Amino acid sequence: MTLSSSILNGDRLSLARLLTQVENDLPEGRASLAELFPHTGRAHLIGVTGAPGTGKSSLVNQLTLYYRKQEDKRVAIVAVDPSSPFTGGAVLGDRVRMRDLAGDAGVFIRSMASRGSLGGLAQATAGIVQVFDAAGYDVVMIETVGAGQSEVDIAKLAHTTIVVEAPGLGDDIQAIKAGILEIADILVINKADRPGVENTEKSLKSMLDMAHPVRHVFQHHGKMEAVEVPSAPVYNSWIPPIQRTISTEGMGIAEVADAIARHLAHLRESGDWTARERARLEVELEALLQDALVDRFRAAFPQKQYDEIVESVVGRNISPWEAVTMLMSGRLK
Amino acid sequence: MTEHKIRVLVAKPGLDGHDRGAKVVARALRDAGMEVIYTGLRQTPEMIAEAALQEDVDVVGLSVLSGAHMALMPRVMELLKANGQTHVKLFIGGIIPDEDLRLLKEMGVAGVYGPGASTDEIVRDIKHAVAG
Repeated sequence: MTLSSSILNGDRLSLARLLTQVENDLPEGRASLAELFPHTGRAHLIGVTGAPGTGKSSLVNQLTLYYRKQEDKRVAIVAVDPSSPFTGGAVLGDRVRMRDLAGDAGVFIRSMASRGSLGGLAQATAGIVQVFDAAGYDVVMIETVGAGQSEVDIAKLAHTTIVVEAPGLGDDIQAIKAGILEIADILVINKADRPGVENTEKSLKSMLDMAHPVRHVFQHHGKMEAVEVPSAPVYNSWIPPIQRTISTEGMGIAEVADAIARHLAHLRESGDWTARERARLEVELEALLQDALVDRFRAAFPQKQYDEIVESVVGRNISPWEAVTMLMSGRLK
Repeated sequence: MTEHKIRVLVAKPGLDGHDRGAKVVARALRDAGMEVIYTGLRQTPEMIAEAALQEDVDVVGLSVLSGAHMALMPRVMELLKANGQTHVKLFIGGIIPDEDLRLLKEMGVAGVYGPGASTDEIVRDIKHAVAG
């Protein structure tokens, strides 16, 4: 019996082993992924991202508890933490905040090191998610590494992306910068019992107002005035809700779960689900194609000549661009 | 295809709350290029075995300062075995009396470390045990 058929039968040890094979990109792993792929496409993939220490793991823990108790959904969690750029080692500590989930057979937690990948996920995360999807988990939560401003790969993998903020992490200029806030389908302000929560909410709201104008009525020099919404085309009818939580106490969790459910319904009704699925799989295909092409090119190109070209670049004899042109054309000096 | 990274679960079973040693070891293993899954304090043997299964680790390292190692270790071993994870190598660190050291080794524990053990030695032993 192959690993994939035992996984479809619910065997957890086989599941754990296949996750390792996929993570290490072994040929057996690829073969099983191919067998499992027709069984994917059913799970709701929820991404959770945000700066380090905002409470991503605690939120994932609480949301999972909620799904287990209130909705009887089976939940898989993929938690990514960074690898050391120097030694390749990692300390994966997300389980520390998820101890409430221990002993529940309806939950499977897998920690992953980013292994040099820079977008907030590991290269193999998409494959790991597919395995969980095929294994019949209703919800797969993907927790990124503590993200800065541009680790936005999660939006290409997940159906619903939650960006977790916490009070006191920056002024309102941070809120109009491009990057991580743009990918949010749901904004969570965690640690809402901390001072500064009103300011954080205000800057996030004003950011959303710029992206999704609404009719404003306000008092100006003692007169009521209204600013109408310009009849610009509506780019996206989903306006990300802002939800306050205190994850450690479970406050606001039901509301976040409700926002996730509304977003899922929106995806289904608007046709965005199909569009996102297509975009998701296309991105994955392209990433794999790039790797395969680079591998094929490098395998066919003599290492000695490659090293010589690198040397010429290091010696400032040719520019990196010229080097690429030479490599691609096969014409060597 | 990428090289196989050694995955280690570092856990602290039982009721004592001193995890400095476990963190020092976790950090040393990280610096040796291993992927360390740190589970935190007050884990039951059941929680440890479950995490070891989900994470498909090569090694489980326990830190026990409470003196309960002769109760905890056999239980963890039994549960790993029940889950089909017989290949997992077990290491333990903490306050372990000499007479227990021998018993633990007889049980099949791959390494036992007391206060003052060097992290280099632990790294070397783990690499050796995993290489088989």
